[in-house]
Amino acid sequence: MAMETFLEFEKPIAELEGKIKELRHLSDSGEMDITAEVAKLQSRADQLLSETYSALTAWQKTLVARHLDRPHFSHYVSGLIEDFSPLAGDRVYGDDRAIQGGPGRFRGRSVMIIGHEKGIGTDGRIAHNFGMAHPEGYRKATRLMQMADRFSLPILTLVDTQGAYPGVGAEQRGQAEAIARTIEVGLDVRVPVVSVILGEGGSGGAVALAVGNKVMMLEHSIYSVISPEGCAAILWRSSDKAKDAAEALKLTAQDLYKLRVIDQIISEPTGGAQRHPQEMVKRVGAAIATAFDDLDDLGDADFRALRRKKFLDMGKVGLA
Amino acid sequence: MNWLTNFVRPTIRSLVRKRELPENLWEKCTGCEKMVFHRDLVANLSVCPHCEHHMRLGVRDRLKSLFDRGEYEQIAVSGVVADPLKFRDAKRYSERLKENRAKTGDDDAMLVARGTMGRNKVVAAVQNFAFLGGSLGMAGGEALVTAAREAVARKAPLIALSASGGARMQEGILSLMQMPRTIVAASMVRDAGLPYIVVLTDPTTGGVTASFAMLGDIAIAEPGALIAFTGPRVIENTIKEKLPAGFQKSEYLLDHGMVDMVVHRRELRGTLIRVIDLLMNKKRSEAADADGTIAIPFSPPSVFRGDSANEGSDLKRAAE
Repeated sequence: MAMETFLEFEKPIAELEGKIKELRHLSDSGEMDITAEVAKLQSRADQLLSETYSALTAWQKTLVARHLDRPHFSHYVSGLIEDFSPLAGDRVYGDDRAIQGGPGRFRGRSVMIIGHEKGIGTDGRIAHNFGMAHPEGYRKATRLMQMADRFSLPILTLVDTQGAYPGVGAEQRGQAEAIARTIEVGLDVRVPVVSVILGEGGSGGAVALAVGNKVMMLEHSIYSVISPEGCAAILWRSSDKAKDAAEALKLTAQDLYKLRVIDQIISEPTGGAQRHPQEMVKRVGAAIATAFDDLDDLGDADFRALRRKKFLDMGKVGLA
Repeated sequence: MNWLTNFVRPTIRSLVRKRELPENLWEKCTGCEKMVFHRDLVANLSVCPHCEHHMRLGVRDRLKSLFDRGEYEQIAVSGVVADPLKFRDAKRYSERLKENRAKTGDDDAMLVARGTMGRNKVVAAVQNFAFLGGSLGMAGGEALVTAAREAVARKAPLIALSASGGARMQEGILSLMQMPRTIVAASMVRDAGLPYIVVLTDPTTGGVTASFAMLGDIAIAEPGALIAFTGPRVIENTIKEKLPAGFQKSEYLLDHGMVDMVVHRRELRGTLIRVIDLLMNKKRSEAADADGTIAIPFSPPSVFRGDSANEGSDLKRAAE
C-alpha cells in the first residue's frame, strides 16, 4: 500500500506506524541497528490495531464502511469473475455508471453480477457519481435481473452505496418507481439471488439490490434506513449527533445479524478490508461460493417463494 | 344579593358559556389561507370551497367517503414487536408511540377496511399521516400484508391510500425491510389477478413512494399532493439549486408519466368504481349516489387528458 489513509480514531496506531517508519528510515541510512526496537513497536501497533478493530463503535464502523481504500465492485469483479461482460443502459434514457452489471463466470458457472460502483480516485468517483444511482441505474439492474431469469443465471448483487441520488433529474425520471420496480423484480425472479453488502448499504438505494435468498455483510459494513447524519438532523435536529444516531439505528452487521435481517457476516482481515483488499476479495469469493453451493443443495426449489417467505417473516422471529 | 344575582352571575355564566362553544369554528385553508367554516369543510371532504385546495382528510372520513353508504368494517391487524431497537432520540420511541396511540385511538399508522364500492367487494388500506407522519414501520407493513391477504381471500381489489413521510426511522433496518415486505403484498394481489390500485395523497415520500405506492396497476393522485422519493428541502440543500415550479406535485408527476390521473377528491369514489368495474370486466355499477356516474362526452375535448378532473383544472386555469 503506497499511502495509508488513517481514520481519526486510528491516530494512536498511526503514531506507532509513524515511529516505525522513522526508525526504518534511520536504519536504512546505516546509523544503527534497530531490528529489536522495530519488532517491539510493530507488535504493539498490531495489537492496538486488532484491539481497536474488535471493538469498533457503530460510528467508527460507519467511517470504516466509507473508507476510500476499501475494495469496490470493480475489485471483486476483477478478482473473482472471469469473462465479465459489462452491459450498459436501461434502453429508456441512459447508462448510469453508479450501477454496473453483466454476465460473467464465477468459478466456472455463468452468473449475472450487478452492483454499485463508487469509483476510484477523484475522476472515477465523479464518473460513477460516488455510487449514487439515478433511475437509469435501477432500470438497468431490472433489465439485467430479467435477463438472468430468462437464461436461468443465478444473480449476485454487490451493494455499496450511500443511497440513491437526490436530484431534480432523478425525481423527474421516477427515482421512486425505479427503486420499487427493482425490488419487485428482484423478489420476482425464479433464479437464486445472493447479495453482499460490501461497505455502505444506504436506504432504498441499497435495498433495491439486496433482496437476496441469502444476504451477507462484511464485518465492518453498515446497512441502514437512513444515514446517521440524516437521522440526527431529523430526530435530534443536529447533525452533530450522528454518533448517537449511528448507535441508535443499529446499523452494524452484528446488529443486523442479531435482528435476523441478514444471514451471514463475512469477517474482515485485521484492521479492515481497506488494509488488505486482496485478502478481503478472497474471503468474499469463498463466502459467495458457499452460498451458491448451499442454494444448489436446494435443487429445483422455488427460490421466488423462498424469498417472499423470507421477507414476509422478517421481524416476526428473533425479536425480543 | 341583587347585585350578585343580577349582574355577577350572568357575567360569570356568559364567560363560562363562551368557553363551552366549540373551538376552531373556522379553519384556515392551507392553500389560499382564506377562512372556511368547519361544517362546510367537512361537507366538502376537506377541500377548500374557495380554491379547491385538497387539505388532509382524516382516515375514517376518508374511508366513509369511499365505501357504499359510508359503511365499512375495519380489519384487525395482528400485533408486531413494538420498539424493536429500544430507540431513543430526544424522546423514547415507546413514548412517541404511546402519545400517537392516545391521539389517534389507533395502534399504528395504517388502517385496513373492507366493504363495497359500487357493490364491488373492496379491501382498502389507508395510511394515517396524523400518526407519526404516517411513517411505515413493522405495523404498517403488517397492515398491508393483512390487507393483501384479505383481498386475495375475498377475490377483491386492493386499494392502498398513501400518506407518509417515509420509513419509520425509529425502527431502523426493520422499517427499511417493509419496502420488500409491502412489495410482496402488492405482488400477492397481482398474482391473484386482482386489481391493485394506489391513491397517492399528500404527502407521499421516501420509502413509501419507493415501494408499494409506486407499483399500482393504476396510480391515482390527489390534486396538489407532494409525491417524491427525496423531499424538496433535502434536494435543495444537497444540490443548492432552485427547484422547478410545481416540482413533485401530482400534476408534475402526471406530466412526467409517473401517475395515471389526478382526480378531485369529490370524484375519487366514482373513478375507483369505474376502473374496478372495467378491470374486473363487470357491468357498470349502478352508483348508489350521483357522484359515481360519468357521462359519456358528446364530443372529445381539444386536449384529451382522459379524466375530467384534469380537464376541469385546465379549463379553470385557462379562465383565470
